[in-house]
Amino acid sequence: MSQQNPTAEAVAEPDRPPGRGDGATRARRPALLSGAVGRNLGLVLALAALCVVGVVTAGDRFASFDNVMTILRLAAVVGVLSIGMTFVITAGGIDLSVGSVMGLATVWASTLATQTMAEDYHWSIVVLTALAVGTAAGLVNGVLIAYGNVVAFMATLAMMVAARGLAEIISGRQTQIVKVDGFLDAFRGDLLGIPVLVWMFFVVAVLGWILLNRTTFGRRTIAVGGNPEASRLAGIKVRRHLMYLYGLAGLTAGIAAVMMLARTTAGSSTHGQLYELDAIAAVVVGGTLLAGGRGTIVGTVLGVLIFMTLTNVFTQNNMSISAQAVTKGVIIVVAVLLQQRFARRSST
Amino acid sequence: MATTKASATPLLQMRGIVKTFPGARALDGVDLVVRAGEVHCLLGQNGAGKSTLIKVLAGAHQPDEGEILVDGEPVTIAHPVAALEHGIATMYQELDVVDGLSVAENVFLGHEVTNAGFTRRREIARRTRALLERLGHGEIPPHREVGRLSAAGKQIVSMARALSRDARVIVMDEPSAVLDSGEVENLFRVVRQLTASGVAIVYISHRLDEIRQIGDRITVLKDGATVATDLAVGDTPTPALIELMTGRAVESTFPARPGVADDAPVLLSVRDLALAGVFSDVSFEVRAGEIVGLAGLVGAGRSEILETVYGARRATSGSVQVEGRRIAPGSVPAAVRAGLGLCPEERKSQGLVLDEPVYRNVTLPSFARFARAGMLDEAAERAAADEQEVALDVRPAGTGRAARTLSGGNQQKVLLGRWLVQGCRVLLLDEPTRGVDVGARAEIYALVRRLADAGDAVVVVSSEIEEVLGLADRVLVVSDGRVVHQGPADQIDEHGVLDLVMEGSVA
Repeated sequence: MSQQNPTAEAVAEPDRPPGRGDGATRARRPALLSGAVGRNLGLVLALAALCVVGVVTAGDRFASFDNVMTILRLAAVVGVLSIGMTFVITAGGIDLSVGSVMGLATVWASTLATQTMAEDYHWSIVVLTALAVGTAAGLVNGVLIAYGNVVAFMATLAMMVAARGLAEIISGRQTQIVKVDGFLDAFRGDLLGIPVLVWMFFVVAVLGWILLNRTTFGRRTIAVGGNPEASRLAGIKVRRHLMYLYGLAGLTAGIAAVMMLARTTAGSSTHGQLYELDAIAAVVVGGTLLAGGRGTIVGTVLGVLIFMTLTNVFTQNNMSISAQAVTKGVIIVVAVLLQQRFARRSST
Repeated sequence: MATTKASATPLLQMRGIVKTFPGARALDGVDLVVRAGEVHCLLGQNGAGKSTLIKVLAGAHQPDEGEILVDGEPVTIAHPVAALEHGIATMYQELDVVDGLSVAENVFLGHEVTNAGFTRRREIARRTRALLERLGHGEIPPHREVGRLSAAGKQIVSMARALSRDARVIVMDEPSAVLDSGEVENLFRVVRQLTASGVAIVYISHRLDEIRQIGDRITVLKDGATVATDLAVGDTPTPALIELMTGRAVESTFPARPGVADDAPVLLSVRDLALAGVFSDVSFEVRAGEIVGLAGLVGAGRSEILETVYGARRATSGSVQVEGRRIAPGSVPAAVRAGLGLCPEERKSQGLVLDEPVYRNVTLPSFARFARAGMLDEAAERAAADEQEVALDVRPAGTGRAARTLSGGNQQKVLLGRWLVQGCRVLLLDEPTRGVDVGARAEIYALVRRLADAGDAVVVVSSEIEEVLGLADRVLVVSDGRVVHQGPADQIDEHGVLDLVMEGSVA
């Protein structure tokens, strides 16, 4: 961390009389203001402002239930990828391959062979194939990074290129239509009036939140991201944990592939292009530190929703994709600048 | 005219400096008077405001009140370059040299000698050589990459940089912390040369013996204010200084040694341990209740021995046994399971997750124990950490605060508490009092002794021979990767250790 911390010495006052209760409350107050709640509040306000813009410019077309569900359904795929990405980035890593791996998983799970097997036995074979392909690719990343000492950026860049290529080879660059009815029935419908895809995003986000904030796995992730050497010397198996983390990112790519197959009813080697960048942007805008050591699932979800709502508002107003891209860029920069200011304030 | 003025007016004066940060008054009326050609020592515990004061001098912070005078003229130091323009250079504890650049490039970093945008490499090499010679280190080649120099060499580069800016006041923040005793001697020689040529040094150190050797006058800070200034080093006894710094009298620093029973069980047994190219044939035992110290120069292999025993480095050969059970080589998790715990040399980079709360730092090796089926029980975790916080008297209290906000001594206590929660039997302490102030040192010594008395085995590595001899029951002297002496700590003195070290390095 390169942020200056001018008062670290001043705050530590070994000479002051103990005053235990006093010290404890003083420690907690700034945590509330500049902590998770405060940061997420900013994101909620930004999202609310976007919605206001949407209502003002597009009226009922924006504010309808169907449109909200459209936003959520589109957010779901990138959202699931972003949950996995949150873990990797919290641990101080990066995964550029999730978009490609997702594309590869859609192709592999929709080949003639897979579909025939699914018709013969059970539609869940499509799901299991996608999850297995995603997880396997993630574990390859993990082994290279953790045990091969390849820099995460390069290992996952290589996977990004290679997985896309493999998807093209397998599919022969053809779109593979999914005809397994059981699969389509299971994932394309609604549950309690809300699309199954949105439920899946919700469940993955909740599980991700629990995993990051309430389990030993999450604690290890934060510790490894905050100080890998201290974690190692405390007896944490840092390498193994890193491998699991990239495996987890791969698993979310597999889940995203299932959702993508359901949404588009087709597997394609072009699925998920640039999704990794959308995921990274959502994670960082959400407040997870790119340097590692701090991660927030709620922030990531809000980040994903902000970007998707933005896209929707632009589309509703028939504005160009290019203008969207410029706005996205500006949002990323503003968010990162604001974060730095918060970080500086909370460290004093 | 400047010379007549300099003799009458102090080179640098600071009067009534106040600096407030949100929620903390870091400086609360600091006075400092530095004369040309003196070594002015700045003393104070961690948190007394020394770092903030240095940053004000370096232009990194703006004071809220008070004035700074250079040659009797009031000046404002608005930014770091302004400090250099007024002749004030700062050497930070973490030396700010760029490892990838050459010595000459580092010296002229930020004020490169250029010709139409092209650097004049030969010219800066020539000037660098002249500066290095002035510092008595003409043997450092200006084109050498700084990353290949030792810590002492980097310090010389940092000093040459200050001189290249025509610095008249050089602030040195714990310059000896990264040096061994031979290198410290050399540093002192350079400091004396600088002061002889009229440069003033503001010298910050926790080691009072150094201040006795090199200092002229002393200013003591406490709680952000000057409590004593203009003390002549020769006339001020150490207890008086400690009392000024801590506000209380500190009696004997080292706790009494109760002695180790002959039938005390051997907890740690190291046999023929070797790490290729670093050390070999290291064998020793530590009994329950015993503190064993490893003494030797920096680079002799002391830290490496500790880290290899702990499994953080994989031994080339030899074995480590804890309570008679051999532990797998090169595996920290195995060592921790067997009951070993390491408090590493670099607390901040190797020990703590600085932005995480104290309680999570305390439970870093043991948090899995507070979990059922992978789900953490943070309440139990905090309770365990709170218990250690009280037992070890970590201040300020509150295990929810970030570890970053604690002083060095209290961070060390957090690391000790970590292994107490884990329930380890053999504690390995690497430089346990580095960057820890005088008052807190005595507390840490007492704590370590209390742990030994409670039946733990302790191994201590320290660059300060006095500390090893004062704290340990038994001493191993390490030189050039070999143990050259083992024996009771009270049967050898500092000279004896140094003799052994010198012999060892000659042989």
